[in-house]
Amino acid sequence: MTRYILQRLGYMIITMFLIATFTFFLMKFLPGTPLSAADKLSEEQQAVVLEKYGLNDPVPVQYFNYMVNLTQGDLGISFQFDNREVTTIILERIGPSMTLGFQAMVIGTILGMLLGLISAIYHNGFLDYGSTFIAVVGKSIPSFVFAGILQYFVGVKLGWFPVALWEGWEYTVLPTVALAIFPIAIAARFMRTEMLEVLGSDYITTARAKGVNKFGVVFKHGLRNALIPLITVLGPLAIGLMTGTLVIENIFAVPGIGEQFVKAINTNDFPIIMGTTLLIAFLFIFIILVIDLLYGVIDPRIRLAEGE
Amino acid sequence: MENHKPSKDLFVPVERTDNDSEKINRPSLSFWQDSFIRLRKNVGAMIGLFVLIALGVMAIFGPYMNSYGEFEQDLSRAKMPPKVEGLGWLGMDGTLSSVQTADTLEKAEQKAYMRFNNQEEFITLQTLNDGSNGQPAEVEAEYDVYAAKGMEDQSFWFGTDGLGRDLWTRTWMGTRISLYIALLAATIDMIIGVAYGGISAYYGGRVDNYMQRIIEILVGIPNLVIVILMILILEPGILSITIALTITGWISMARIVRGQVLKLKNQEFVLASRTLGSKDNRILRKHLVPNVLGLIIINTMFTIPAAIFFEAFLSFIGLGLPTPIASLGTLIDDGFKSLQIYPHILLFPAIVISLIMIAFNVLADGLRDAFDPKMRE
Amino acid sequence: MDKLLDVKNLHVSFDTYGGEVKAVRGVNFDLKKGETLAIVGESGSGKSVTTKALMQLIPKPPGRIKEGEILFEGRDLAKMNEKQMQKIRGKEISMIFQDPMTSLNPTMKVGNQIMEGLIKHQKMNKSQARKRVVELLDLVGIPDPENRMKQYPHQFSGGMRQRVVVAIALACNPKLLIADEPTTALDVTIQAQILELMKDIQKKTDSATIFITHDLGVVANVADRVAVMYAGKIVEIGTVDDIFYNPKHPYTWGLLGSMPSLDSADEELYAIPGSPPDLLDPPKGDAFAARNEYALQIDLEQEPPMFKVSDTHYAATWLLHEHAPDIEPPASIKKRMEGMANTSSESKGERV
Ligand SMILES: Nc1ncnc2c1ncn2[C@@H]1O[C@H](COP(=O)(O)OP(=O)(O)O)[C@@H](O)[C@H]1O
Ligand SMILES: [Mg+2]
Repeated sequence: MTRYILQRLGYMIITMFLIATFTFFLMKFLPGTPLSAADKLSEEQQAVVLEKYGLNDPVPVQYFNYMVNLTQGDLGISFQFDNREVTTIILERIGPSMTLGFQAMVIGTILGMLLGLISAIYHNGFLDYGSTFIAVVGKSIPSFVFAGILQYFVGVKLGWFPVALWEGWEYTVLPTVALAIFPIAIAARFMRTEMLEVLGSDYITTARAKGVNKFGVVFKHGLRNALIPLITVLGPLAIGLMTGTLVIENIFAVPGIGEQFVKAINTNDFPIIMGTTLLIAFLFIFIILVIDLLYGVIDPRIRLAEGE
Repeated sequence: MENHKPSKDLFVPVERTDNDSEKINRPSLSFWQDSFIRLRKNVGAMIGLFVLIALGVMAIFGPYMNSYGEFEQDLSRAKMPPKVEGLGWLGMDGTLSSVQTADTLEKAEQKAYMRFNNQEEFITLQTLNDGSNGQPAEVEAEYDVYAAKGMEDQSFWFGTDGLGRDLWTRTWMGTRISLYIALLAATIDMIIGVAYGGISAYYGGRVDNYMQRIIEILVGIPNLVIVILMILILEPGILSITIALTITGWISMARIVRGQVLKLKNQEFVLASRTLGSKDNRILRKHLVPNVLGLIIINTMFTIPAAIFFEAFLSFIGLGLPTPIASLGTLIDDGFKSLQIYPHILLFPAIVISLIMIAFNVLADGLRDAFDPKMRE
Repeated sequence: MDKLLDVKNLHVSFDTYGGEVKAVRGVNFDLKKGETLAIVGESGSGKSVTTKALMQLIPKPPGRIKEGEILFEGRDLAKMNEKQMQKIRGKEISMIFQDPMTSLNPTMKVGNQIMEGLIKHQKMNKSQARKRVVELLDLVGIPDPENRMKQYPHQFSGGMRQRVVVAIALACNPKLLIADEPTTALDVTIQAQILELMKDIQKKTDSATIFITHDLGVVANVADRVAVMYAGKIVEIGTVDDIFYNPKHPYTWGLLGSMPSLDSADEELYAIPGSPPDLLDPPKGDAFAARNEYALQIDLEQEPPMFKVSDTHYAATWLLHEHAPDIEPPASIKKRMEGMANTSSESKGERV
């Protein structure tokens, strides 16, 4: 197990290193510089600016400095808000993004699991078709379309919740719901498939042969076995949510990382773009790693396989 | 027993013809026939297929069904609501409406007129609540935009956008572009994935080993990150978006193909044709590809909606196609800018993209079930 | 002795995508208290479906009991609802399944899996149940039961898991134990151990047993009577001696011929040609006719009824009809029959 974790960490570091290197050289060759964002400056002023960003050093030195800074969590200085560190900007903005992502994840997976469970128990019944329909629609329709529907009908027409900004919990409702649809759909489909498979397995027949009733079969024997594989979809779900927040934050004007990111793209603020990209990459890889490890810890069968 | 005294003549040994024992086998349908029959029974998948065909036809012919051009701007007809003769009951009657509330009925009416620039002759008011019951007065104003602009002879079926461009034409042009990008990306993914996975598995050993290491590193990089970085390098455009989508898109295909080929590689019929001296690529073509084709089709059916989603997604984060090109993504992004007052600008492209996504997903699910050997009796 | 179980004209079908699969097509047999009946037949012949139907463990849908009675101590199990069946399952009838690797819940401790039935049927509290689990594990030959009961199934080997499955089945002292190919999925050496265990348990408890196998070799050791199944029907049923030393059905001949025996080590093993019929669309007449080298013309047209060979021995083949030509069984079977002096040499039966 320890060896496995170390191996996975190794892969993670290599991947991050490659992405960081790629990002650095990309920045070097992209057209934008801090100067393009600023007003016309005299040559003297320009030299000062370039000095400040360390752009006068030879490229290998810049690369080295960049990497060293990265390991210390320093993502450079924004072109746009002069003098502000990218790391600080990101940290300021991570709160709303995390809140949205976390709420959507928790609400989404729980509701989705319930829906999937109902589907499996009433297999091929009316409830099954209903929840399968919800799942297909929820998986297919992009979150930004849901955001539009919610914003217009629930926000504008019904006026139940504010349509934009971030000034209290009620502001989180619409963006959270828009984001949660995807995890609901994925969790429901996955839960249904897993539960049906579990309910068709031999040990369920064994349990029934013991005289266990339907409730016991589903909840005592079935649920736990169906839940374990569900962990594997949490990774893709988290990734889907991160992708989703990038657009949802813009639609609902939530002051999160995604909104900042899009602003940065529109103003060619490369340090912020790259910083955010690196952060996203890191979170992606980290989440997948954690989930893989979690899976190994929770499932006794896998724990054994690794131990052997 | 229906016959108590069977005739004596029947008690003689059976004369056997050679292929008697073969007869007990049920006439077996070929894999494709069987799958197709199963697909046809799947109502959802068939509806999905039908919707896709209909949308495809509209993407090809829709833009030519009226005389407005995709890029034809005219600010005097900006943000016209949708109007289709005969579909007034659906709300597509070329009017805008607004509900205004105020303390008194008079004030509410005033506000309602003001909402549409006091062009009283084109406004019909309807009192929802005259304010006598203690609650605020409510008035609904309906404003005939086409009449107010003297355009009664025209109809923009899906309305117009902020620059006065016809949204019918743009929606179908946008559908065309989005489908084009998605199909192109899916095709490239398929070609690269099949070639990579097939070669990796078929030659095995060192080749396979190196090729798999490369994949392992590539999958570690989130495709969102790759797509964003690629677009930053390449500058947004149809081709660059397609390329960005394919850079990581082929990997899942390669893995699936590799897995299948590995599984099939050691099966008898391949070994048999190997010993009979077939050339390597002939075996690959004649035996392996048909066997993995089902999986390839299913996987492609899932990559197409994913590509459509990503195209729209890129528009949202400012990395989409440059103006004035219409794609479903740019249209939806545009629609959000005036969602609160002119929801129709968002409505139609949003419906189209949703239909495409649902239809592809349902069809892909149907195909997966149809090809699934577990379902075969 | 009283009949414990009397199965009459049992029909079980599955409604599948391709149509109705008639998996069991009119099965009759009975079982006395303490008796062991072996059901043999190729895989797919309906052995598992028959026995699962006894406990109403057929997945519904697609499966259903179409017709027939399952009289267990006089009560018809086929007519019972789920609630009533839950009181029978595990308490009066219990089942041992084929594959110990999949028949235990992987995420539940072994002890808890055994305790479940005890708590449910015998209303034991936890500590009583725990005591009984230790006894049971001891009975099935699992060493160190106090510790083993706290482990998960994956910490057990295949043979040990099957012992756990046996313990689960025995927990409430059932009147009828059904063992569905309990050794098939195991290594040869382990197979012998589990068989030993089964015999041992038969001695220690007074449960009647239905022992399913596709391997006639194990039958002689464990069973009192044998039923041979083919394509959803019992084609021959009798005592072990009847079936081994005086078989009447060509299918039984085939099964016996494909069984390795000590004195025929040099002979080539016989294999029944062809494959079982498609139960979606069973053939007219005798289902075995297409594979039967002794088939008569009538086999292609009419289904053979059961013929009575002796009080204990019945077989469904037209060869027992009075008009049937005298047909010599294959040499190896004849050798068996000669080895057994007291069997009747009568080659014709009495129709029932
Ligand atoms: N769930 C099911 N759906 C459809 N057919 C089934 C199902 N279970 C069993 N059958 C059919 O019933 C027949 C008998 O199966 P079974 O009793 O398992 O045979 P065996 O004698 O090997 O135990 C087989 O032909 C099989 O195809
Ligand atoms: Mg079986």
